[in-house]
Amino acid sequence: MARIILTSGLGNQYAGGQTEFEIEAANVRRLIAALEERFPGIGPELEREMAVAIDGEIYQDPFLETIAPESEVYFLPRIGGG
Amino acid sequence: MAKIHVSTTVNGEPTEFLCEPQQTLLDVLRDELRLTGSKEGCATGDCGACSVTLYGRLICSCLALGAEAEGHEIETIEGMADGDSFHPLQQKFLEHAALQCGICTPGFLVAAKSLLERNSDPSETEVRYWLAGNLCRCTGYDKIIRAVLECAADMRGA
Amino acid sequence: MTSENGELKWVGKSPIRPDGADKVTGRAKFGADLMLPGMLVGKVLRSPHAHAKIKSIDTSKAEALPGVKAVVTSADMAEMQPEWVAAGEVQINFLDLSNNILASGKVLYDGHAVAAVAATNSAIANAALELIEVDYEVLPHVIDVEEAMAPDAPILHDDMFTQGVTPTPDKPSNVFKEVDIAVGDVEAGFAKADLIVERSFKTAAVHQGYIEPHAAVASFSEDGQAELWCCTQGHFTVRAYCAKLLGMDLSDLRVTASEIGGGFGGKTTVYLEPVALLLSRKAGRPVRAVMTREEVFRASGPTSGASTWAKIGVTKDGKIVAGEAILKYQAGAFASSPIQPGCMCAFAPYDVENVKVKGYDVVSNRPKVAAYRAPGAPISEHAVESVLDEIAKKLGIDPLELREKNAAKEGTNAAYGPKFGPIGFADTLAAAKAHPHYSAPLGPNQGRGVASGFWFNIGGESCATLNVGEDGTLVLATGSPDIGGSRASMAIMAAETLGIDVADVRPIVADTASLGYTFLTGGSRVTFATGMAVIEASKQVIETLRERAAKIWDISIDAVIWEDGFAKPAGANAGEFEPMSLGEIAAQAGKTGGPISANSSINAEGAGPGFGTHICDVEVDLETGAVTVLRYTAVQDCGKAIHKAYVEGQIQGGAAQGIGWALNEEYIYNDEGRLDNPGFLDYRIPVASDLPMIDTVIVEVANPNHPYGVRGVGEVPIIPPMAAVGNAIDSAIGVRMTDLPMSPPKILAALDNGS
Repeated sequence: MARIILTSGLGNQYAGGQTEFEIEAANVRRLIAALEERFPGIGPELEREMAVAIDGEIYQDPFLETIAPESEVYFLPRIGGG
Repeated sequence: MAKIHVSTTVNGEPTEFLCEPQQTLLDVLRDELRLTGSKEGCATGDCGACSVTLYGRLICSCLALGAEAEGHEIETIEGMADGDSFHPLQQKFLEHAALQCGICTPGFLVAAKSLLERNSDPSETEVRYWLAGNLCRCTGYDKIIRAVLECAADMRGA
Repeated sequence: MTSENGELKWVGKSPIRPDGADKVTGRAKFGADLMLPGMLVGKVLRSPHAHAKIKSIDTSKAEALPGVKAVVTSADMAEMQPEWVAAGEVQINFLDLSNNILASGKVLYDGHAVAAVAATNSAIANAALELIEVDYEVLPHVIDVEEAMAPDAPILHDDMFTQGVTPTPDKPSNVFKEVDIAVGDVEAGFAKADLIVERSFKTAAVHQGYIEPHAAVASFSEDGQAELWCCTQGHFTVRAYCAKLLGMDLSDLRVTASEIGGGFGGKTTVYLEPVALLLSRKAGRPVRAVMTREEVFRASGPTSGASTWAKIGVTKDGKIVAGEAILKYQAGAFASSPIQPGCMCAFAPYDVENVKVKGYDVVSNRPKVAAYRAPGAPISEHAVESVLDEIAKKLGIDPLELREKNAAKEGTNAAYGPKFGPIGFADTLAAAKAHPHYSAPLGPNQGRGVASGFWFNIGGESCATLNVGEDGTLVLATGSPDIGGSRASMAIMAAETLGIDVADVRPIVADTASLGYTFLTGGSRVTFATGMAVIEASKQVIETLRERAAKIWDISIDAVIWEDGFAKPAGANAGEFEPMSLGEIAAQAGKTGGPISANSSINAEGAGPGFGTHICDVEVDLETGAVTVLRYTAVQDCGKAIHKAYVEGQIQGGAAQGIGWALNEEYIYNDEGRLDNPGFLDYRIPVASDLPMIDTVIVEVANPNHPYGVRGVGEVPIIPPMAAVGNAIDSAIGVRMTDLPMSPPKILAALDNGS
């Protein structure tokens, strides 16, 4: 099961303050679907606003990136720049 | 309002134009003569992007009126290269990467040329103060100052 | 590729930029330099009030003025819903964007656009603006971020209910959003500390200060298609925003990026572009609109001013055990400041187990902020780097050693969450320590300060097309506006990959109709991401060249290698044929399968974080309070410098902007909420005589995700200067300056209080 970490903002808004979860999902799309099932409403927000870091590698537009069973997946705000 | 007829010389070419009494020399150069190498960064004489020489004097063309050019010689960035070869300052700016976006570059070149015509061996401080009326937001000035100093040295040696 | 055997022919060198000649002769065409037949002059009427209700707008007199061809107000815009869309870079609420471009219902800041005219010349356009009658009901305004957060503050948007708090409040407020970052347990961390230092700071709103004002030329045709020419960091972004705001199809709007005279983040959104399009559509003629410098200051986006507070706990040997910060960022008149990256960056350079950052995104009656180099990061990192300096002084530890003890390394969990890959922060600290500057003697009233900075760097969507000419020279088209020499870097990477002369690659910036979507120039992404597209296209061309050589030689493609710009027979065929150059193969392209070209469309992931460490020496004039920067050294890990001189230039320019932020620059509002210094005379960016040479040291810890190791350069160097200068001032006169800019009157006041 991969370790999933949400920002505290999302945790507060959707998950009753919880920010860490163990979830099994083959890729980011499935992970977001699984989170949406547990916390309705979080899915669109994750898709629209968040990048993910899978084992330290940041993906700004994640979709089909693979998640290994022991992966650590952080959702973090998408970064822009000047 | 009647337009004013002005006879002048621009980069060595006898030139005539009509301008409004309140039209700046910069607007005349850009809009009437289509010499858009002189840039408007502020229109208040603070940024130097519109630097030209009028009867040999370095000015901000945004602070002069077109009508003031009557009977005088104007030199702009468009007249700096000699035929198909760069002025040494232009060459040095390229070699030193003394420009990034390039909007301030015409003004810097015109101003630096004017400096070297007066002072062939300026110190770094003299270059910095002479060019203090030309704003650059990209380079931090380092490479511009180096380009001018090295150009001066080369031109003295030549 | 050449990089694999370590021998690089072009990467890391500094060839003369391909667009250089046009830039030194005045030939280069910037935003305001295009003229079209029949072109009208567009001008914008702006609010004189900081906050007012628009009771009515009467444009009839202006419309009746001879020479006036169109007048537009917000009523001419497509109707927008409050829709948050990921329009490329950040979240954009199109309703806000629309209201910022032409105010609807209320004006929210001094300079807010209300109406626009197109006329046959500028005198008529100005006269027309004066004939537009706007009936305002002036409302109370609020400028300062803390005052805007007060319970009795005038409310800008009565539908703004603070996000990020549960439950959502039922009273509107000026706080758009609260953001929290929490790792570990800060209370437990502070309990273990031997020393805790905390301090509050204020940073001023500062403008990007590009020398070229915003400019746009629009030409609408009767069938609904339009062309737009403008200075922008992202013409595909301009296309997306304008099409949405005008209700157009993307394919009906062709946007060409002119040469751009600086942006630094400020040209990542739209202001005049939709207005010029509206005017052109209504007038049926081309329209050129150019901002004055005053309009640039009053109505285009500066970055946030802020109130910040940082608290850091350390053990007596200098290990940070906890870090906490509260950050309040101005968003300007509409929601969304760079508070999020500000919070994420605050402690990012350090390996800290317990971190808590609270951020507030606050609207007030100021122009909407836009991105500015490493958006949000300089503000939060200024607070942390200043407090760290104080800790080093209190503990008697060298400030670089204190940073070394705590520096994030490969494998460290970043304070914003995930683990870092290979990073070069420690390398920048070591290089700074070893630099002769760091041990040079100082005179009286002189001081030395150091500070570090972190920025993520980004990748994103980019396209590149490489067309091989019949003579073997190439045109390389990308969609990334070249703001500081990127065409040179693109040509270098193509030439390096292909093994040919860099002068044989002619890079251009293609318009939106000629190339696939390319995200804007910003976030230090172009050399990394567009560079990857260029390298990818180059590799495709190599594949084609091998295939064509194989055909010519009548051998298998597997028996052809590409080396140093030549196809060579390999394996059993080695030496059997003379190597063929790119030009020789291109000359026979017709009979071997047609023209040779390649197109690469990518979404580059895997950007490598950047770190920098700066050393600054200042002298303080005790009589006047003036601070002179005597010497400045900037060290940065760039991953790999592609064009060395332009990398140095980016670092020098970023440092100079940071020095301006530290010492001179600020938006000054009067009691009526009007901007008092909308010009370069009173908004004083550093001039040549204000600065010393800026020494640069480039550290290269390769980003493993880029073929040449590129991380990106442009954002990081603006982060350390504010704290480096402040720390140097403290070293010089023993006074910790907490309000930016650290201008002479404030220094004098601080000296008076101190003595």
